[in-house]
Formats: sequence, structure tokens, C-alpha cells
Amino acid sequence: MERTEELRRISTLARQDVVQMIYEAHAGHVGGSLSIMDILTALYYGVMNVDPRNPQWEDRDRLVLSKGHAAPALYVTLMNKGYFSREHLGTLRKMGSILQGHPDMRKTPGLDFTSGSLGNGLGLGNGMALAARLSGKDYHTYVILGDGELQEGTVWESAMTAGAKKLSNLTAIVDINGLQVEGAVKDIKDLGDLRGKWESFGFAVTEVDGHDMEQLYPALLRTKEPHDRPMAILAHTVKGKGLSFAEGQMNWHKGDFTPENYAQAMRELKEALEG
Amino acid sequence: MKQLLGEAVNECLSELVEENDKLVVLNADVAKSVGIREFGRTHPDRFLQMGISEQDMVLTACGLASCGYIPVVSTFAKFGSLRVAEQISTFAAYPRQNVKILVSHGGISPAGDGVTHQSVEDLGAIRAIPGMTVIEPYDGNSCKALMRLAVEHPGPVYFRMNREKLPLLPPTELELGKGVELRAGSDIPILAIGGMVALALEAAVSLERESGISAAVYAIHTLKPLDEALIRTLAETYGALVTAEEHNIQCGLGEAVSRVVTDSCPVPVGKVAIQDTFAQSGAYAELLAYYHVAPADIAACVKATLERKSRR
Repeated sequence: MERTEELRRISTLARQDVVQMIYEAHAGHVGGSLSIMDILTALYYGVMNVDPRNPQWEDRDRLVLSKGHAAPALYVTLMNKGYFSREHLGTLRKMGSILQGHPDMRKTPGLDFTSGSLGNGLGLGNGMALAARLSGKDYHTYVILGDGELQEGTVWESAMTAGAKKLSNLTAIVDINGLQVEGAVKDIKDLGDLRGKWESFGFAVTEVDGHDMEQLYPALLRTKEPHDRPMAILAHTVKGKGLSFAEGQMNWHKGDFTPENYAQAMRELKEALEG
Repeated sequence: MKQLLGEAVNECLSELVEENDKLVVLNADVAKSVGIREFGRTHPDRFLQMGISEQDMVLTACGLASCGYIPVVSTFAKFGSLRVAEQISTFAAYPRQNVKILVSHGGISPAGDGVTHQSVEDLGAIRAIPGMTVIEPYDGNSCKALMRLAVEHPGPVYFRMNREKLPLLPPTELELGKGVELRAGSDIPILAIGGMVALALEAAVSLERESGISAAVYAIHTLKPLDEALIRTLAETYGALVTAEEHNIQCGLGEAVSRVVTDSCPVPVGKVAIQDTFAQSGAYAELLAYYHVAPADIAACVKATLERKSRR
């Protein structure tokens, strides 16, 4: 209970940093960053075996942010973990920054792979998981995908590979916030029975509320327990989570804060910390 | 004596895997056609059968490379270029991953299979990706030497093989990015890539015999980075060049050479290439003749280019 309380607090502080980062950049993917904030916090603060002082450590757990547009959430997590200093926070999307609009593994310490073009992260993660198997290492690879992203066919090529090769050292986490750029996922192209799809591709499936640390954190911890197949965690989330005016709002997929809604966002998050 | 490049590459990879514990070969259900089935049999622990999913195969390779492996993915040229162009660009080239894309069926050489399995645009597509190295060997010996260099080279490489058996030429010392003279000549140099090297040598012999024209032949086995210094020197020395490739005239060797020539020493550049068209099924020799990339076409282009030079 204390641990999950602490994770919640870290996550709310990280949300403030995401708002600050995007406010200073005048653009950024607010909705999808905030929907995965709790997932990233639980992973980096409670589950993943990483060393911010040694980002290239061979035995580290890996993370691929397949939905690369949620970069601000990952950048803030890496920054707060100490991979790079806070002075970079205001440089997102600016010329010469280590914080590109979408993740660039050669620019940002702590990024395990470049991403941003949807549908490609699971295959990259498979490669990392196979590398662990080939070299006898026991690190785990996590891939975070968006639900809209599952419309990309490559996701299912890679899901089939993970299932067929029984990559039990790989976990796919699907951020199901229900929205994509032009509307609701179910209206644009309904994903159908997601649990059934992942199970039929050979994954052990867990469904959680992606903002409830009491569910999310233990589910992520279980990925480290011995099992015989890849895992899929279907995390039901809210796009823009934490900001009343952005939650579930399509127009906050990508946005810019006015001084007014920036102030409101910071106020709401402060209240959440105090509440 | 002729040899399939796939046979040569299988031999080379089998040697390399004994020396390098990071080498791993991935295939998309065409190991036999590419020529590396034997590798898969003898090194099952270093061979990943990925099934018919080329995009996933390239992504998997990029993930492996990020963990220090040297993955060689193998398929046909069309599928190893256009089908996976974005994966190569964004996940291999942009983050400079050490991935090797080994493809067979380059050009119109899978002659009977027809257009869906031929590839006349792959070199152009891959050449346009920043940071790529693009290689096409011209016989079994060069294939072995170049595959070794490709694996030793840190960074993404596209390695294109012709599907036909090609005449074995005497082994030569090769260096990535350096064209190599295979026949001396005093009138004009022919710069050829891939299977066209042997055809250019054939053309040079007949030019000498029938027309008294002395043509040099250079193998340009590395399309990118291109041997610009050699091309400049040849342009200055001879005042005219001919290029020969089993690829569309758009965006291939001829245009690459022309850019160097126009930037440094503008002289006529005759181009033997597929004339912006898809081919069809047929016997290889018939196709070469029909699409004007046969030895006779190279010879005709040499004469026409010398004629252009003399009119200047």
C-alpha cells in the first residue's frame, strides 16, 4: 500500500513535468503521454532493473515505446530517474535538443530504441528478447503499444513471432485509451476482441485499470515471475488522465497549452498531490 | 565456370559464423532460394526462421543489433527493399544499427518468376536512405570477399545478389567503396555493377575483336558510398564513360555516376539500364536482350558514347 502510494505520487509529479515540458515546447502529445504515465512510473520505479548511471548496461531490462508520440512521458521518467539533467526539460522539439519530437536512441540517454513510426516496436522488442535468449541473459523487454496502433499489420506479424518463439522474456503493454487521432478507435476501425486476439497469438493476457496502481503494479511485477510464453497487459486508460479538461478529449491528442489551461493543469495536479 | 552467388554467400557466412559469435542469420521462408539453407542446417542455433514476414524480420534484426548482435536478414530484393524500406530507413539507418540486408533476385534475374519477383528499383530506393552502404557483388569470389567486408563494416548494409549463375572471375583484392579495374583499355571505361560486369567484359572482348575499340572494365561493387575519386579520374582521363546495370535507368548506377561527372568533369556518360519499365517472365538471356541490357547493347552504347565524345 505504501509502495503504490509512493508510485502514485511520483506519477503525479511526472504529470506536472509533462505539462511543463509540452507548455514550453508549444506542442506535444498530451493525451497519450498522460495515459501511459502510471505505466511508465510503475515500470521504471518498481519493476525494471535499470541503472541510470550506466544506460548501456548490457543486462538491463529494456523498454520500447512503440507509441513513440508519447515521448514526453518517457523523457520525464528518464529525467527524473537521473539519466539526464532537468535543464533539458524546456528543450523538447527545439533545434539541437536531445529530446526530439519522437524518441531518438542516439540522442537521449536511457532510450533503448528509436520510435515514432507506429507498428514497429513489438518487432524491435522481439529482437531484444531473442538477443537475451541467444546470449543467456535474463533481462526482460517491455513494449508499450497504443490501441490505435494495433491497426498496423506489422504488430500482428510481430505478435505471431513472439508467440511462436515463446518469448517469455517479453511483455507487450497495450495502452487502451480508446482514442486515435481522428476519433474513437471503435469507430475508425474496431479492434474487436482484443483479449482473444492476443491469447490466440500465444500471449498470456492480463487486463488492468492502467491508472490503478493497486492493479497495475502487481500485474507488472508478475512479468518477472517464471512463465512459458510472452505476456500482454491490456491496460484500460484515459487519454489525458489527470487534467479534467483533457480527459477523454480527442482534441488533446496533440496540443498546446494556453497560459490559462496550463495554470489549471498545474493547479489540478497540485491538488491531486495534496489530496 | 559459373557459380550461384547464393552458394558463395552460404560458404562465406559459414566461415564468418565460426569466427564471430555475434553473427546471426534471419530468413523469411526463402532460405533455399537465397542459397543459405545449408547454413541454416549446419548452424541452427545461429539461424532464425522468421516465416513470411519481412517487416517483422527487419525489426527483429534491428532489436538484435541494438543488443550487440550482427544480424544478416535474407529474402528477395523486392521484399528486402521496397517492402521494408521504412523499417530499413527508420530503424536500421537512422539509429545506425549494424544490420545487413542480404537479398537475392536482384534485377530481372529471377527471369521466369516475372515482375513480382524481379527488382528494378531497389538500388534507387535504398541508395536514397542516408547512411546506407549498398553493395552488389559480380561473381562468387567477389561475393565472398564483399560479404566478409559487409559484416566487418559497422552499420547498415544492403547486399544485392543476382539470381543467375555468374562466371567466376579471378579473385581480386577488394575494398568497400573502391571500384576495381578488371580489364585495361585505352579508349573508354565501362563501369558495371553486379551481373553486368561479366557482360561488360564480354562486350569489351567483342569490341576489341570486331571494331578495334579498347574498352576498360571496372566493377563498381559498392554503389554507395560511390568511388567518386575513381569516376572523376576516369572522366578526366578518357573524356567519356559508359555505365551498365540491371536496374531501372532512374536512380541507379548511371545517374549516380552522372552526378559525380557533372559536378566535376562533364563528359558524355552512356547508360545501359532498364528503360523505366517492368520486365516479364522469360529466359534470362532473352530478357537481357529484349530490355537492352545484353553485351550487344553495351557494345552499341560504347560506340554511341565514343561518337558523342568525338562530336564535342
